Amino acid sequence: MLSRKSRKRIADYLTYIVLILFGAIVVIPFLWMILSSFKDAGEIWTFPPVFMPKKFQWSNYRDAWNALPFDRFLFNSIIVTVCVTIGQLFTCSLGGYAFARLRFPGRDKIFLLYLATMMIPFPVMMIPLFIIMRTLGWIDTLTALIVPGLFSAWGTFLMRQYMLGIPKALEDAARIDGCSYWRLYWNIIVPLCKPVFATLGIFTFMGTWNQFFWPLIMINTISAKTLPLGLVMFQARIAAETPWHLIMAASCAIVLPIIVLFIIGQKYYVKGIVMSGIKG
Amino acid sequence: MKIKIHRPKYFQKEEIAGLCFLSPNLIGFLIFSFLPITASIFLTFTEWNLATSPRFVGFENYVNIIDDELFWKYLWNTFYYAIGTIPATVMLSFFLAYLLNRKIHGIVFFRTLFFSPSITLLVAIAIVWSWLYNADFGLFNFILGTLGIDGPRWLQSTTWAMPAIIIMGIWKGTGYSMLIFLAGLQNIPEQYYEAADIDGANWWQKITHVTIPLISSTTFFVLVTTMIGAIQGFDQFYIMTRGGPAGETTTLVYYIFQNAFEWFKMGYAATIALMLFAIILVVTLFQWRFANKWVYDEGGS
Repeated sequence: MLSRKSRKRIADYLTYIVLILFGAIVVIPFLWMILSSFKDAGEIWTFPPVFMPKKFQWSNYRDAWNALPFDRFLFNSIIVTVCVTIGQLFTCSLGGYAFARLRFPGRDKIFLLYLATMMIPFPVMMIPLFIIMRTLGWIDTLTALIVPGLFSAWGTFLMRQYMLGIPKALEDAARIDGCSYWRLYWNIIVPLCKPVFATLGIFTFMGTWNQFFWPLIMINTISAKTLPLGLVMFQARIAAETPWHLIMAASCAIVLPIIVLFIIGQKYYVKGIVMSGIKG
Repeated sequence: MKIKIHRPKYFQKEEIAGLCFLSPNLIGFLIFSFLPITASIFLTFTEWNLATSPRFVGFENYVNIIDDELFWKYLWNTFYYAIGTIPATVMLSFFLAYLLNRKIHGIVFFRTLFFSPSITLLVAIAIVWSWLYNADFGLFNFILGTLGIDGPRWLQSTTWAMPAIIIMGIWKGTGYSMLIFLAGLQNIPEQYYEAADIDGANWWQKITHVTIPLISSTTFFVLVTTMIGAIQGFDQFYIMTRGGPAGETTTLVYYIFQNAFEWFKMGYAATIALMLFAIILVVTLFQWRFANKWVYDEGGS
């Protein structure tokens, strides 16, 4: 019979072996993407495949960038993502505050309506939304990507739940001093809500940056495309002789900023998932 | 003497403030959520190609769905994808969360690593995997070749295209569920395990009699969300196969997309979308009902 301590040690080693094994499965596609992005066309079209490129072709990145107007796509992606993130933080925190703290007629009924629509899948809304956008003349413009994203029932819900957890005493004191509601919101609630701002901000940022389906429907002209649309355009253009090394370079360039952002804001992102998981 | 009760002034101010604070949000909600949902129900009773004005057709779209063989085939494809991804994702993510819940070094590293596919945009992942699945030059067929297996043509094969996308779906989705499981596991009070230790339970008994029952509400949440996500998948099918070969990877959402934006059958597309919602609702309610039997609620509510 092994001692308790050595049994624990064996279990630890086994755990590491399994974790490393699964880690390898997760890493391989990423690694292959990075390695392929540095190969030349000859090395791409070789079987059995070459693992390490003989010479790292940094020029792939430049070539991919120039093959399509990627600077335009990047610009569009940044504009859309920044506008949506800031807009959503603003409207959701205001709405969340109203739902959490202020009494007005119909408040609870409206909130219930919000909750109900959160269950409706996007494909149901997509067709009427398309028609609304068409009527407004927003098709093929960034407005179509920004404006519907400025509000979110889920974000409002998240904000409300967080604000309900803030003690009321501070606000009461400020109210007795004659503080206006706007100042209560701006000077007391917003500073106390920093963590939930970070959570919703990161979620919205990533969600918008990665968004594909809605832009695919809305945008046809090259000048209004975002990065994911540009990437797909790249892939579809030359089906027979797809320049995989360039596509991999472009994919790396798009994926990397998001992974860096995730590693920086990991704490808040994980918190958001747990929050939606437990409350949801 | 009559006593008049006035609501204090500040209540009125509060009402005005409340509506003002909510209004930007509410306007967005009404135009971009509420209106589309209501409108989609009306759309199902029309035939509309966007070029001419919509024509009222009654229940024709609903009747057409029943006779539409493609609809049933694509419904099956949708379930195929969901059933292929969900059990594997749930089991794998529970297993990884269980390992990560042990007190060993490097947990944050592995957690970040396993989670990284979930935050990477699906578009890029689908493209990278198309390259990995390439029948002649892809890495997967090379690996299979070294094991002496002649790899299939993956995304071009009517048999293997869907399994290929399922495997990628599991790879992408596991990290997210793992994180939720991890949070659930960390909520289990230590005393339960201590009590089990005193009773002389081995690790397997601890998993089956302590961990799994206590985490069942998390499992339920993971099941419902992965199910809803799987049924609504679109990006991967669009990018990897365009629904092919021979419609073998066309799912309902893809079919809605085709009807609406390739064939401009807005009314019919809206009807399928409503069916999709009904299916999600039914499956969720079914899971909900079934949950009473196996989800252990500590609060006892």
